[in-house]
Amino acid sequence: MIAQKVFSYNKLIDIQQDLKTNKLVLADLVNYYLDRIKTYSHLNAFLEVFEDELAEKTALIQQKINNGTAGKLAGMVLGIKDNISYQGHKLSASSKILDGYVSIYDATVISKVLAEDALIIGRLNCDEFAMGASNETSYFGPVKNFADERKVSGGSSGGCAVAVQADLCLATLGSDTGGSIRQPSAFCGVVGLKPTYARVSRYGVVAYASSFDQVGPIAQSVEDAALLLEVIAGSDDGDSTVSHLPVDAYSQMLQLKGKKRIAYIEETLHSEGLNPQIRNNVMAQIEKLRADGHTVEPVSFELLDFVVPTYYILTTAEASSNLARYDGVHYGYRSPLATDLTSTYKKSRSEGFGNEVKRRIMLGTFVLSASYYDAYYAKAQKARRLIKEKTEHILKNYDFIITPTTPNTAFTIGEQSTDPLEMYLADIFTVQASLAGLPAISLPSGKDAAGLPIGIQIIGQKFNEVHLLAFSAYFMGMGTRL
Amino acid sequence: MVDSLQQIDKYEAVIGLEVHVQLSTKSKAFCYDSAQYGSKPNHNISPVSLGLPGALPRANQEIVKYAVKLGLAIGSTINQYNFFDRKNYFYADLPKGYQITQDNEPICKGGAVKIRLANGQQKNIVLNRIHIEEDAGKSIHDVDDNYSLIDLNRAGVSLLEVVTEPMIASGEEAAAYLAELRKLVRYLNICDGNMEEGSMRCDANVSIRLKGDTALGNRCEVKNLNSIKNVQRAIEHEISRQIQLSEAGVYIDQNTLNFDALTGITSVLRSKEMANDYRYFPEPDLLPLQLSDEFIEAIRQDMPALPEALYNRFINEFNLPHYDALLLTSDKDMADYFLAITASVSNYKAASNWVMGTIRSYLNEKNIGFDKFPISAQQIAQLINKVEAGQLNNNQAKEKVFVALLNHPTQNLDDILKQLNVLIDTNTSTIDGFIMAALNKFPDKVKEYNSGKKGVLGLFMGELMKISGGKIDPKNANKLLVAQLEKLK
Repeated sequence: MIAQKVFSYNKLIDIQQDLKTNKLVLADLVNYYLDRIKTYSHLNAFLEVFEDELAEKTALIQQKINNGTAGKLAGMVLGIKDNISYQGHKLSASSKILDGYVSIYDATVISKVLAEDALIIGRLNCDEFAMGASNETSYFGPVKNFADERKVSGGSSGGCAVAVQADLCLATLGSDTGGSIRQPSAFCGVVGLKPTYARVSRYGVVAYASSFDQVGPIAQSVEDAALLLEVIAGSDDGDSTVSHLPVDAYSQMLQLKGKKRIAYIEETLHSEGLNPQIRNNVMAQIEKLRADGHTVEPVSFELLDFVVPTYYILTTAEASSNLARYDGVHYGYRSPLATDLTSTYKKSRSEGFGNEVKRRIMLGTFVLSASYYDAYYAKAQKARRLIKEKTEHILKNYDFIITPTTPNTAFTIGEQSTDPLEMYLADIFTVQASLAGLPAISLPSGKDAAGLPIGIQIIGQKFNEVHLLAFSAYFMGMGTRL
Repeated sequence: MVDSLQQIDKYEAVIGLEVHVQLSTKSKAFCYDSAQYGSKPNHNISPVSLGLPGALPRANQEIVKYAVKLGLAIGSTINQYNFFDRKNYFYADLPKGYQITQDNEPICKGGAVKIRLANGQQKNIVLNRIHIEEDAGKSIHDVDDNYSLIDLNRAGVSLLEVVTEPMIASGEEAAAYLAELRKLVRYLNICDGNMEEGSMRCDANVSIRLKGDTALGNRCEVKNLNSIKNVQRAIEHEISRQIQLSEAGVYIDQNTLNFDALTGITSVLRSKEMANDYRYFPEPDLLPLQLSDEFIEAIRQDMPALPEALYNRFINEFNLPHYDALLLTSDKDMADYFLAITASVSNYKAASNWVMGTIRSYLNEKNIGFDKFPISAQQIAQLINKVEAGQLNNNQAKEKVFVALLNHPTQNLDDILKQLNVLIDTNTSTIDGFIMAALNKFPDKVKEYNSGKKGVLGLFMGELMKISGGKIDPKNANKLLVAQLEKLK
C-alpha cells in the first residue's frame, strides 16, 4: 500500500499558490482527503462521498488551473450539508422520509460554487431536517467530535463542522436557522459564519424555517469563509426574498480599520447555565480587545429569556408547513402498509420522520391552529419584532456584539437527547441573531480544561459582513499573538 | 316540495358567491412553467410546480396587473400593501401541502358589479374582496381501477378569487352577476371566461331567513358549479330545500354540498365537523406586494373601454336603441367588430343590424365567435356603404354577396359584385322597361290601383324585383312605378 501524501493546508490561498507553482497537483490533495475520510469514517461525518465522479472532475479543474482559466475556488475541496440540492445526487436531509430521492436541479449556492471550480467531495451528515443541536436526530446516527469522540459534534451542521475539524475537506457549506452553523463550529473549534438573512439565496436548500434559514460557510480560516461567502451571496431569480444589494469582495477586504466599539450582553455572561470556563474565556478576550484600544462595554438585553420560546414558536410554525410536502405521494419514502390516501400520509409520515421532527411539526401545527394562533404565533411575531428592534438599537451604538457561542462545550453523546427543552437552551446565545436576521460568526477561542473547543460569537450589523469578517480576521490574529 | 306560496313568501334567500377566475397569463402564478390548458399530462412541471425540496415560489408580475385591472374595473380599493399567506391542507394534487393565497390582506377590497334583471331592475352586487391564489393540480379518479392519477399541469396556475358580500337574493341574480363578471373578465382580457373548461368556477353560499330578520341563517356551500345555468339551478334547489327543512322544523346543518347537474339536487360532501383548520399564516417565501401609485395609474391608463361605458357611447354617440346597445356590448369581440365597422360608415343602425342579425346568426349557426369570423369589418362597411348609396339592394347584400364573401373573404368587393351581377342598374329607361312589363302582366291590378287600392303596389314591386333580378334600387323603382301608374290613370 502506498502511503498518501500528508498536507497541512488550512487556507485555499496556500493551496492555490502551490498548485500554481506545481508543488501540488489537485489529484494528490483529493486523494489525501479521501484517505482521511476513510480513516475517520467512524466519525460519521459523511453520508456519501462522490468517489466515482471525482477523478474526472479533478482532472477538469486541474486542466483549467494549468490553462490559467480556473475560477476563484479552484483547489477547494468542499463538502456540503445534506440539505442542499446537487443535481444528480441524493438528498436526504438526514431523514428516512427522503429515501431514494435524487435532486433534479442544483441549489443556487451549488451552481455558484461549481461555476468557480470548487470540487464537491460529498454529502455531510446533519440533524434530521436541520432540527437539532447535537446531530443526534439524524436518521443516520450522530457525528462524533474529532476533539473527543465521546462528545457530540453539535448541530445541526455537525458533519460540516467535524469534516473541517478533522481535515476531511478544506471547507463546507452548512445552513443555520437558529445556530446550526455557529454552534457546531464552536464545539469543533472551527470558523462558522451565518450571513445576514437574505444575503444568500435559499433556492434548492431544504426549508426548515423559511424566514430564518441561511446557507453559510464553515472553514478553518476566516479568509476561506469570506471567499465562500463572496461566491455564494447575491441576488437570485430563484429566491424572491434574497437581497439585491451588491456583494462585496469580502476576501479582499479583511484589513481592520480603526478601533471598534463593541458591546457585550451582560445577561449572557451572568446567565446561570453558562459554563464558568467559557465566561472566563470571553472575559479574557474582552480584556485583550480593550488592551488593543477597542471600546468594549456591557449592555443590557432584558429580552434574553424570550429568545428561545419566540424562536421555537416561529420556526416550528414554518416547519409544520414546510414539511407538509413530504407526504409519501410524490417522492421519497412511502410506507409499504399504505392502502389509501389517508393511510399513505399517516403511515409514511409516522414511519419516515424521527421523533424530534414530529415534535416540531406538532408544535408548529398547534401554534398555527385557529384557536391558538393569536396566543402563540401572532404574539411570537410581535416578540420577534421587539427582539429585532432592541438588537438593532444596540448595533446603532456599537459595531459588534460579542457573546459566547454556546453556554457549554460539547456534551457527551446521549447525555441530553432525552430532554428536548434542555437541548433547546443550547441555542440561547445564537438565536438572537437569527430572530434579528443579523450576520453572526463563531470563532475558535481556545479550549476548556478537558481540551474541548470554546467558541466566541460576534454579531455584526445588517449586511455588513465586510466589517464582521475583517474584525474576525483580526480577532483570529489576536488569538495567535498571545 | 313546498306547497304554499305564502310559506315560501315569508322567507328570503341570502347568497354569497365565490368565483375562481383562472387568469390567462402565459406562465403560472409563482414559476415560469407554462399555464397552457390542454398540454400533455405532467408536462408543465418544474421543481416549483412539483413542490420538490428547496423549491421556492416567485410571483408573476402579470397576475398582479390582472388583479389590479379587475379591481379598477369594478371600483375596488386597491390594497397597495398586500401579502401572500399559506393555506395548509393535505391533498394528493397539492404537492407542497399548502396553497399560496391571500387571507389577511387581499389585493382588492370592495367594489361592485352592476346587474340588470329580466324585469329591467338594476342592482349593485357589492364585492367583499378579490385575492390572488394558485390552483391545485388535477386528480383523475375514473381512468384506472386501482389508482387515482394526478396531473400537476394545473398546479400553480394563477387564479383570482372574487368574493361577493352575502347580498344576492335569488338564482336569477346570481346568474346575472356571473354573466356580468364573465363579460368583464373577457373585456379586460384576463380570462377566457369558459366555465365548462373550468376557467371560471363558482361556489355558492346559500342561506335563508325570515324576511325582516337581520341575523344570517346557517349557510350551505355548494361547490364546483360549472355553468351559469347550473349555478342558478343549484341555488334554486338549495333555497327550496332549506325552506322545506325550516318549515318542517329541521335544523339546517352548515355543510359543504355537491351539486349533481344530472339530477339537479345537492348532497353532502362534508360536514362542518370535518372542516379543515387551514392554519393560515404569512408566506415567508414571498415579499409583500407594494404597489406604487404610478404602477396603478399605468394600469388605469391602459384599461380598455368597459361594457357600461360602451353601452353609453352606443346610445349617445350612435343613437342606437337600448336593445342594440345592450346586445352589442354583451360580447367584447362583437362590440369591437361593430366599432370597427362604424369607423367607415355613417349609417350606424345599419351596422348594428348587420352585426346583430346576419353576422351573429351565421356565427351562432357555426357555433364560433367573432374572433373566428372570416370577413373583415372593412368589407362589411363597404357593403353597407354600397347599399346606402343605392348601388346594391339590401337583400342581395345579405344573401348573395354575404355568402360569396364568406367563401372568398379576401377578394375585392367590387369584383365580387361584378361577378354576381347584382349592381343596381341606374338607367331609367331600363327600369321603365321593367315597370311596363310588370304592369302589362297584371292589367286587372292596374285597374284596382286606379280605383284607389294602393295596396297592390307591393305586388308590382315584387314582380319588378323578380324581373330585374334584384338589380334595381327599390326606393327609386317605387318612385318611378307610382309615377307611371299615375300617368295611366
